[in-house]
Amino acid sequence: MSLSIKPVAATGETVFDLAAQPLRELNCALHKLSADTNETFWRVLNPAGRHAVAAGLDAPVIVEIDGPVGYYCAGMNKQASVIVNGNAGVGVGENMMSGFIHVRGDASQSAGATAHGGLLVIDGNASARCGISMKGIDIVVKGSIGHMSAFMAQAGTLTVLGDAGEALGDSLYEAKLFVRGSVASLGADCIEKEMREEHRALLAAKLEAAGILGEVDISEFRRYGSARTLYHFHVDNVSSY
Amino acid sequence: MTDHNNIPRTTPRASATFDEYTLSEIRRAAATGIYDIRGGGAKRRVPHFDDLLFLGASMSRYPLEGYREKCSTEVVLGTRFAKKPIELKIPITIAGMSFGSLSANAKEALGRGASAMGTSTTTGDGGMTNEERGHSTQLVYQYLPSRYGMNPDDLKRADAIEVVVGQGAKPGGGGMLLGQKITERVAAMRTLPVGIDQRSACRHPDWTGPDDLEIKIEELREITDWEKPIYVKVGAARPYYDTALAVKSGADVVVVDGMQGGTAATQEIFIEHVGIPTLAAVRQAVKALQDLGMHRKVQLVVSGGIRNGADVAKALALGADAVAIGTAALVALGDNDPRYAAEYEALGSKAGAYDDWHEGRDPAGITTQDPALMARLDPVAAGRRLANYLAVLTLECQTIARACGKSHVHNLEPEDLVALTIEAAAMANVPLAGTDWIPGRNAGL
Repeated sequence: MSLSIKPVAATGETVFDLAAQPLRELNCALHKLSADTNETFWRVLNPAGRHAVAAGLDAPVIVEIDGPVGYYCAGMNKQASVIVNGNAGVGVGENMMSGFIHVRGDASQSAGATAHGGLLVIDGNASARCGISMKGIDIVVKGSIGHMSAFMAQAGTLTVLGDAGEALGDSLYEAKLFVRGSVASLGADCIEKEMREEHRALLAAKLEAAGILGEVDISEFRRYGSARTLYHFHVDNVSSY
Repeated sequence: MTDHNNIPRTTPRASATFDEYTLSEIRRAAATGIYDIRGGGAKRRVPHFDDLLFLGASMSRYPLEGYREKCSTEVVLGTRFAKKPIELKIPITIAGMSFGSLSANAKEALGRGASAMGTSTTTGDGGMTNEERGHSTQLVYQYLPSRYGMNPDDLKRADAIEVVVGQGAKPGGGGMLLGQKITERVAAMRTLPVGIDQRSACRHPDWTGPDDLEIKIEELREITDWEKPIYVKVGAARPYYDTALAVKSGADVVVVDGMQGGTAATQEIFIEHVGIPTLAAVRQAVKALQDLGMHRKVQLVVSGGIRNGADVAKALALGADAVAIGTAALVALGDNDPRYAAEYEALGSKAGAYDDWHEGRDPAGITTQDPALMARLDPVAAGRRLANYLAVLTLECQTIARACGKSHVHNLEPEDLVALTIEAAAMANVPLAGTDWIPGRNAGL
């Protein structure tokens, strides 16, 4: 299925109240869903900052969470669309493989850490280490991101409509970074690169997936990537190690 | 008058401080400007299990008959929270070693040998291969800072999960796999370009400290529906506190790896000067479990320099539930085999001392991704050698346990041991042989 912020047609709604039922039952029920399940829309009430809400899903369903979640919401997600109507704690969407996560608030540290695929959209700000060690995910942050974001980022895209904190893209591999606002500083081996037509097209595709194509001027973004000078261990680079 | 031509000469004396190896390292450093990187664990002499002895049976202890009376060896790991604990037939497991640092044939051989003896193998940095899953009846999936190859499907098809905080060869260090070993397959598994030097982070990207780790473990349990035992592996540094904090974090099993434990590659200076010996770590880890009332409830696996059944028995007697072997397992497969002596010499080393595993030119075909070298290792034959070796370790351990009158190897206890040196007596918290003196017994840890 194509990843998009547009609502997906739901065939039914299952409501799960975490104030009344344990998290284990929620995740257990979600894990039992098959690819052809009719229970395609789940609404989770009263998350109250619980950790690992909707972690480990592997079915094309929508889970909408009304309230703030704790650490690792939708961790290792596959296929599912998880929407958080609130703020998200550390590691939202960590190691996501595919699917879609939408945080309609702010996200704490390490959002999308090590994730291999899928789309993570954060309406607010993301804290430090956003996209750390990312391995293919697309992350769109409508606000700003904290320091050490995209540290050792290997693949995927990180798009930031606001500002980036210090040491952006430190020890970067092949991930592509687009920032519209200011960058406090670049990390080791991260450099600004020319924004060519293919990069504008790539950025446009990510903005479209996030549902904000046309709302921002693509020409305002700058592209950052790896200088690839640290790809081989060498004594000349010792000051960077 | 003195006859200067006939003055007796003193024998040329090398410095104990500036010994032959030290001089060669200074010359190497002066020529290159970069530190030495190698594989393996600490090579220096440190207090070890050799410094302990079993007392055996005597007037007050009754031995069991060898070849007749049963001495059990099975061990269950992960009884605290996991719905499906790991049940091993022997208390000896295979430590984490990655595909990438090792060849696919070597990983297959480890799986074959371990499975034949009813024990587990462990993945490493770089993810799980189908070969090792297929050939390992019990496979522990490592959860490392790099998260290379980490995915929920492999997490769910693992038999246990090992959260790696550190390893004995380099507590506090990350990893480096040089470009020679980053083939297309290795690169694809790690989502990296082919041929670049691959760094493994030293810290996890999404948690810091025991409070976060508790939440991380909860997430891993939720993803795997609380089925899998979760190990926490630490390098031996502050084993009392690290073990206690691992228990606090919710671990089912704690793995403590001493400084003799091997690594695929890191700085020589790191291996030899950071971390503490295995012997010094075991009793502290056990004491932490005992103080928390969790000994035998949270299982303890000890690794780093285990070579024979006596080492296994001593680790168990000090309170471990099982041991893990890495370097010895590779030697059983064929690492450093004298039949490749000429080739080791051509690489500037010699059979028995070769440790440039990171360079990918291993004549034995184990620590390499070179197809021609890899083909030298027959995984079936190598797996059989490992199974034989594991069988010998088990028989040796049983021999000692029977001599101490134990019907299960877990019944071995510190009271069966004495130490040959004051250092070992203090570290192992057992009496110096021939005395009742345990140095530091009343001085705490």
